[in-house]
Amino acid sequence: MVPISAYVTVSAILFVTGLVGVLIRRNFIIVLMSVEIMLNAANINLVAFANHLDSLAGQVMALFVIAIAAGEAAVGLAIIIVVFRGKIATNVDQINLLKW
Amino acid sequence: MISVLIAIVALIGIVAGLTVFVSSTAGVFAYFALVSIAAGVLTVSLRNPVHCGIALLALLGHVAGLFVLLHAEFVAVVQIIIYAGAILILYLFVLMLLNLKTEERYFHRRHAWYVVGVGALTVELLLVLLASQYGGVKGPAPAEAVEEVGNSMAIGILMFSDYLLPFEIVGIFLLGAIVGAIVLAKTPTRADLSGDER
Repeated sequence: MVPISAYVTVSAILFVTGLVGVLIRRNFIIVLMSVEIMLNAANINLVAFANHLDSLAGQVMALFVIAIAAGEAAVGLAIIIVVFRGKIATNVDQINLLKW
Repeated sequence: MISVLIAIVALIGIVAGLTVFVSSTAGVFAYFALVSIAAGVLTVSLRNPVHCGIALLALLGHVAGLFVLLHAEFVAVVQIIIYAGAILILYLFVLMLLNLKTEERYFHRRHAWYVVGVGALTVELLLVLLASQYGGVKGPAPAEAVEEVGNSMAIGILMFSDYLLPFEIVGIFLLGAIVGAIVLAKTPTRADLSGDER
């Protein structure tokens, strides 16, 4: 029997990995992939606590998170296509049109 | 070269995973956990975006393995089908459509010190997490009871009774996301470009 602290540890490490990816990568698409890593870490936590507390609510929430991640990927990649087609930028630090 | 290395590491991982599979649940957990963490680090650190996508695929597959260990078979299958089958393919399509060139400077050099702060925060967080007790009130669905009706059926009954409103909201959200993505990525016509005469 694997203790829940092991799952939570794996989840925390994965979340921090995704956070570092969002902070230091310059490629827009890799930044979105890092967001997916963070969502997966949250999913591991939800399912682990659903198992620990004998409840299915965490698994249902994990399914909702997966659906939201699909929507986020679709809209994010559409924005990337617009940005690249308009030759606005190739890196996240050059996309500053909305910066005040 | 990197692809060959990744393939060799994956092969060794598969063989090692199969050997520990017969021994213990903890071994299987260790395999899935270590490989998913390694794949996550590779996703963030590899230079070529397509290699990053393949590493993300390995991560998603092994997280699905963790879900199976947690008696969440339906979530594991949905993870494979939706994440690895749909979302990741979308990423790879966009990568190949845009034909990104591999860059020399692919990190923010100026922001590299973020890693130090985040690392310190992680150590603190892990110390707190490992010292926690993880109590809590037990819910109505232990794993054995769920096994009797089946994981998918139990989740379906719960999702279409207690979580019906969030389910509908997610449906509307997905519809809006699809329409928004199509409108955003549509090739602009001459009428759109020539200004708003309408």
